[in-house]
Amino acid sequence: MVAVQKVLKRGLLTVILSMTVLFFQVDPLAALEVPSLGRRVNDTAQMLSVQTRADLETLLTGFEATDSTQIVVLTIPSLEGEVLEEYSLRVVEAWKIGQKGFDNGALLLIARDERKLRIEVGYGLEGSLTDLVAGRIIGGVIVPRFKEGNYDQGIRDGVTAMVAAVKGEFVASAANTKAVNDSDPAGLIFLLIFGFSFIGRVLHKKKKVAAVAGGISAPVLGLMFLPQLGFWLLAMIPLGALAGLFVSSLSAGSGGGFYAGGGSFGRSSGGFGGGFSGGGGGFGGGGASGGW
Amino acid sequence: MESIWIINLKTIFKSGAVMKRIALLFFISLLSIVLSSCGYNSLQIQEEGVFKAWADVESTLQRRADLIPNLVETVKGYAKHEQETLQAVIDARSKASSVQIAAKDLNNPAVMQQFQAAQGGLTAALSKLMVVVERYPDLKANQNFLDLQNQLEGTENRINVARQRYNTAVSSFNGAIRRFPQNLTNKFLLHLERKEYFKAEEGAKAVPKVTF
Repeated sequence: MVAVQKVLKRGLLTVILSMTVLFFQVDPLAALEVPSLGRRVNDTAQMLSVQTRADLETLLTGFEATDSTQIVVLTIPSLEGEVLEEYSLRVVEAWKIGQKGFDNGALLLIARDERKLRIEVGYGLEGSLTDLVAGRIIGGVIVPRFKEGNYDQGIRDGVTAMVAAVKGEFVASAANTKAVNDSDPAGLIFLLIFGFSFIGRVLHKKKKVAAVAGGISAPVLGLMFLPQLGFWLLAMIPLGALAGLFVSSLSAGSGGGFYAGGGSFGRSSGGFGGGFSGGGGGFGGGGASGGW
Repeated sequence: MESIWIINLKTIFKSGAVMKRIALLFFISLLSIVLSSCGYNSLQIQEEGVFKAWADVESTLQRRADLIPNLVETVKGYAKHEQETLQAVIDARSKASSVQIAAKDLNNPAVMQQFQAAQGGLTAALSKLMVVVERYPDLKANQNFLDLQNQLEGTENRINVARQRYNTAVSSFNGAIRRFPQNLTNKFLLHLERKEYFKAEEGAKAVPKVTF
């Protein structure tokens, strides 16, 4: 009895400790923050008129609707000493513009104070919006307008040229506009079914105990299979407790009903908020840079 | 702190039979954690990730090598007096193309050293050429040359990205095979070796000197 208590005590302490570590995990400090992606035209440097912003937003929204290709504009006041190409890649890696598996995203980034700009091209568009085409759009379309101080027209023409270059490369369909969840849930579901039927058998009709066991095991399981959830794992405690209650109220041995209880763990936390978000596209440093 | 937990547990689990069941549950979940974290699968997936990242490095380097003949040809037409610089680029290219690394040699420091030196030599020769062409305004106005310059810059950027991603993959793989308990799995079952980084050469980072 005492030994069992000791085991339990240690186990609980371990769980609590690991949760604490998870909760206070901090991302390594980056030099220049990547703004959050909420729309297609992110004019943080205030270089565009309201009209241009609205027009480009409409154009790019419509383009994604027909082609599924995501093109995003970002203006920043200053690079704050960072290398343009490195910052640009950080932005697209954070935003994941383009559809997953098609990688059809592109970014037009303008650093106002450094007078530099870059077109960053996703893997899927490298065939049509090549480094060369991107370079010509910068050098021949955008920079001449920028030199006149006409940022509105420069960005308008640049985005139009980018759209023209990649038009028809992809066609929007239900398959590629809906982001696919890539975390492989097979192992998790198997374990959950196994675990729940076991819990159900051991703790049949013992609701409180089952709730506690569920509350402990859900975040632990989550940590094993979906560690990228971070402190969202904490949300699994009440979920697991509820699931524990649920399975303990089922009769032992029937495996069929357990799946429904486990389904909620596989969900990833991305994509809520209702605004615009990247579809999971990949980038490999393609594109071109320039200055004015 | 600890006593609070015991009291709570005592009030929740009144009978000893339940405690035994809980202990059994705990043991089972512990076992499943140990089994899934031994790393037999994840180590091999990570090594495969290193190989894939290396393939990307090689393809971007190949892309650069493919651009060079065209570039040399274009520059030759305008800068006849730069025969020496051009020849250096051609030589460095053929040297870089002759040194290749198979995936299984990624753990060999000597081979990696050789590869880095050859690619670094090409990077240095190319950047010297790009400095030299600054002296030829006609060449710099040539559309063909501007296009090539665009492509070359784009390719250098891709090489950087691919190299950084390869190094990230290597660092996470090398870390994984040394971390407990994966190190035991690797020692007794898998025998995977640590991989070499692909470093940026000091010479390539320094701006070449121009002598008139």
